[in-house]
Amino acid sequence: MKSHPVFRNKILPLILITPQLLITIIFFIWPSLQALYLAFVRTDPFGLSIKFVGLANFVNLFSDKYYIQSITTTILFSLIVTLISIPISLLLAVMVEKPIYFKKIFRTLLIWPYSLASSVAAVLWILLFQPSIGLITKILIYFGIQWNYILNGTQAIILITLVATWKQISYNFIFFLSGLQSIPKSMIEAAEIDGANSKQIFWKLIFPLLSPTTFFLLIMNLTYAFFDTFGIIDALTKGGPGKATETLTYKVYVDGIVNFNLSSSATQSVVLLILVSILTALQFRYLDKRVIYQG
Amino acid sequence: MKKILVCLLLILITFSFATAQTPKGKIEIEFWHSFSGALGDKLITLVNKFNSSQDKYYINAIYKGSYQESMSAAIAAFRAGKAPHIVQIFEVGTATMIAAKNAIYPVHQLFKDVGLSLNSHIYLPAVRSYYSFSTGQMAAMPFNSSTAVLWYNKDVFRKAGLNPENPPKTWEEVKKTALLIKNKGASKIALTTSWFSWTQLEQFGAIHNIPFATRANGFLGLDAQLSLNHPLFVKHMQNLVDWQREGIFTYGGRDSQPDSLFISGDAAMFIGSSATYASIKRDAKFDWGMTYLPYYDDFIKKPWNSIIGGAALWVMRRPDTTKEQYKGVAEFFKFLAKPENDAWWHINTGYVPVTLEGYKYAKSQGFYKKNPYMEIPILQLTRTNPSANTRGLRLGNLPAIRIVIYEEMEKAFQNQQSVKEAINNILIRGNKILREFEAIYGK
Repeated sequence: MKSHPVFRNKILPLILITPQLLITIIFFIWPSLQALYLAFVRTDPFGLSIKFVGLANFVNLFSDKYYIQSITTTILFSLIVTLISIPISLLLAVMVEKPIYFKKIFRTLLIWPYSLASSVAAVLWILLFQPSIGLITKILIYFGIQWNYILNGTQAIILITLVATWKQISYNFIFFLSGLQSIPKSMIEAAEIDGANSKQIFWKLIFPLLSPTTFFLLIMNLTYAFFDTFGIIDALTKGGPGKATETLTYKVYVDGIVNFNLSSSATQSVVLLILVSILTALQFRYLDKRVIYQG
Repeated sequence: MKKILVCLLLILITFSFATAQTPKGKIEIEFWHSFSGALGDKLITLVNKFNSSQDKYYINAIYKGSYQESMSAAIAAFRAGKAPHIVQIFEVGTATMIAAKNAIYPVHQLFKDVGLSLNSHIYLPAVRSYYSFSTGQMAAMPFNSSTAVLWYNKDVFRKAGLNPENPPKTWEEVKKTALLIKNKGASKIALTTSWFSWTQLEQFGAIHNIPFATRANGFLGLDAQLSLNHPLFVKHMQNLVDWQREGIFTYGGRDSQPDSLFISGDAAMFIGSSATYASIKRDAKFDWGMTYLPYYDDFIKKPWNSIIGGAALWVMRRPDTTKEQYKGVAEFFKFLAKPENDAWWHINTGYVPVTLEGYKYAKSQGFYKKNPYMEIPILQLTRTNPSANTRGLRLGNLPAIRIVIYEEMEKAFQNQQSVKEAINNILIRGNKILREFEAIYGK
């Protein structure tokens, strides 16, 4: 069954992959090596004095209680975003796949948020939740809730989670929709003939068939919450109040670009690099075994 | 095929716009700045005026994002040997720039080397001192400068039965006014502040003549320690936290976020930058006023000069720079310091004039007769000659210290910790940041 496409010419494939290779080297490999180097030295931002300090940067990092706090915040935040957005988007995808009116309109509306830039999305939410002028704030205050995410750490986390989830639902929705559409109608019909009700069809048939998609989304959502929520946090809370919404990625930015502590920032990047590698390895190993091919 | 052609055309057009060519025969000087929008237009007008005033040099002004972004961009460019000749750096970056001895070209040295004279005494003392070495020689060229002032909503004052022409002068009066506004329900927010550390600690320390840090606020050495445990700082922080609880003060967020609370008309009193003038004038749909920063009259009878905010122009070292280019830089700086140009910048942007002659020039044009509020920041900056506590701050990684102050005070405002604990944490964490800076630069 296996068929390896064979290039007669040995140079052609090289030429074809060169652009991608160059981009990877310039924008990924080279900066990563730089970060690795900076993680082991102490330097001023201008690079005028550089001193090798061994593992001191790593020791400092892990003995910093704020870094440990940031790890907890990030993990909690990512898990909540993932665990909320996946079920909701699955539910929405299943509902839209049913024969309903305005199917296309619903579909478009549900995909819409994904096309918004994070910072633009954040501005929309600021208009809703700003403690003094927000629309929803007024409703919350009417119900006796003192809403002020600028000072209340828990509320800040809730708001960030809400925005991130809202944006991620669209992404998940697209994948679940295509996953649902690729399930052959004949299988569902066969189950119906066997007398299964819609609940059984979903849990015994559709859900297991969607499991590769679900697992893929699990990894993607975790990665999203870890690395892609920078825009939302920067526009809404800047990591505050206190350090309530300072995720690992945001801390890399603050320490490197705002505080000009390049060594610490680079050390954190290396830690994150290791983390992403683990997530990616997990995805590849697990997904390869579970993918169900059709056709 | 048609599509490809259209794409190619678009790419071509973009590139032809992106690469503004230096006019032939002129010496190009690269200038990175952080002004977009209306301020950006004003800056370009000024630069164009210089470019057409002579035919030897061409200043190429390039917008590089926020202050934070252009500073990191300039540092990265320096590492690659491609630093801009001139870069606009915000005032809190001063210590970092000064410590990078081999990266910057101090302006007093630059003027000497190219054979031009630089009279530092034409600049306002509070402006000059912020950007000078402890010897008094200028490290950077003062440019857009502002200071903190108290803004207030006159319509709210009238609604609360207060005299809109008699704003509060002391913190005692501020408290009384805020309480009255709150009790009469004249405004949603009685008092708020932007740039918390800058307005409530840095400026506050200066006008009360108490040190923010030891070693003359860091001017005398990298071994400075924060001295925010001064009883007056503690008292003021405690007051703000108490007032927040009583609903007469509202912590509105970090940096300039609270600006919008005043501009929208939600806040009756607001302590912020005098440079908020442009947006208040444009967007505020109410009658507003501006006055001096409040002070504790039981601590000091006559408040001192306030300190500046804003940015200065730094000259950077770049291996391929010719002496002629540096001469062009000096000529450009001389051009900016001319009274008519300095006054033009002041009148059009709301920043204070940086030279005494520029101030006189604006006065002679009758500017303050029409805009009396525009004189207050200048009078506040010049009301005394700077003391060791009112020259400004020269602390390494000041932006990082400001973030620590935000974080710890936010916790105090949430009642997660007492003011005493907050100040204690600020001292511990802030001093650690100062020691890290010392370890990198102090040799």
